[in-house]
Amino acid sequence: MTEITHHLTDDLLMDYATGTLPEGFALVVATHVSLCDDCRARLAAYEALGGSVLERAEAVALEDRAFEATMARIAGLSPAPRPAARPRHGLFPAPLQDYVGGDLAAVRWRPLGLGVRQAVLPTDGSAKVRLLYIPAGAAVPDHGHRGRELTLVLQGAFRDDEGRFGPGDVEVADEELEHTPVAEAGQDCICLAATDALLKFRGIMPRLAQPFFRI
Amino acid sequence: MLALRDRQDKAAFAALFRHFAPRVKAFLMKGGASAAQAEDHAQEVMATLWHKAHLYDPTRASVATWVFTIARNRRIDAIRRARRPEPEDLPWGPEPEPDQADALVLAQESNRLTEALAQLPPKQRELVERAYWGDLTHSELAVETGLPLGTIKSRIRLALDRLRHELR
Ligand SMILES: [Zn+2]
Repeated sequence: MTEITHHLTDDLLMDYATGTLPEGFALVVATHVSLCDDCRARLAAYEALGGSVLERAEAVALEDRAFEATMARIAGLSPAPRPAARPRHGLFPAPLQDYVGGDLAAVRWRPLGLGVRQAVLPTDGSAKVRLLYIPAGAAVPDHGHRGRELTLVLQGAFRDDEGRFGPGDVEVADEELEHTPVAEAGQDCICLAATDALLKFRGIMPRLAQPFFRI
Repeated sequence: MLALRDRQDKAAFAALFRHFAPRVKAFLMKGGASAAQAEDHAQEVMATLWHKAHLYDPTRASVATWVFTIARNRRIDAIRRARRPEPEDLPWGPEPEPDQADALVLAQESNRLTEALAQLPPKQRELVERAYWGDLTHSELAVETGLPLGTIKSRIRLALDRLRHELR
């Protein structure tokens, strides 16, 4: 894999560490962290801050027989299995495979026209997360944002005004950014994208594209 | 924690329980759970700690951090009713014989971070704590208080950066 040059922001890592990030965004964060040792270390530091907050919490007394009740719970459960060190086969890191139900071959693509395809992944609905398949050289329709958009490249690469995004790179777009990502020639581009609001498309394409995108 | 991890030592678990269970209960109540809910979940978090003890790696997290992540995941699952996508485990997984020097450095840096948090002015500390209780997201906190969390974070930035460096 090529060097990752576009990383997660501190805001996203902290919200993921505190557990307040909507599920769809959390999936993109977990998938990027699976690929990026740098962000894994930054995340661990934010989780350590959670440990400090817990350490400083003012204790609230438990019920009288809480310890015995907990030991009874322990007796009723079996130990968590040690996760097998599994060398990764295929394109998707484990958290993404959990949502897809497998690797690339298991994705149920829906055509969006002009060769672009998407697959919306099931979440609690607080954010929308989808896989996008953009043929080499093709563009995703010009769009601005009403909220955040987080796009992680899994295969191929795209370019927009912000630069080039290759495998493992993540683009964090806010409301200000209007961009037209174009997939690089050579290899079809596959991305994982999360949005927390409807995208607004510009021009004529929008009215056509919006119902298809259901974004 | 290592006595629990390596020998399933019940006395060691009892000591961890005395220290952490009341804090986990407090943590969950701060996050909006009722006392009864928090009691139930705190017991479950401690039971999970026992069952996952063999996965604990002292070179990657302090015990408090490990307990925090279990409590946080319980809160997401039970209160927000959402799934928690977790990063893939590192290919080598937890070491059977963790490097003691690494574990010591991590414990020291974790203590430093707790001290840095303790030394924040009370209002700023409360803001960080509320973020971790799961009360508010980051941007909601900034809106509510008019204080960007970034300025607060810069005060604990040094401790975070040192820790991050050790974790790499
Ligand atoms: Zn990264």
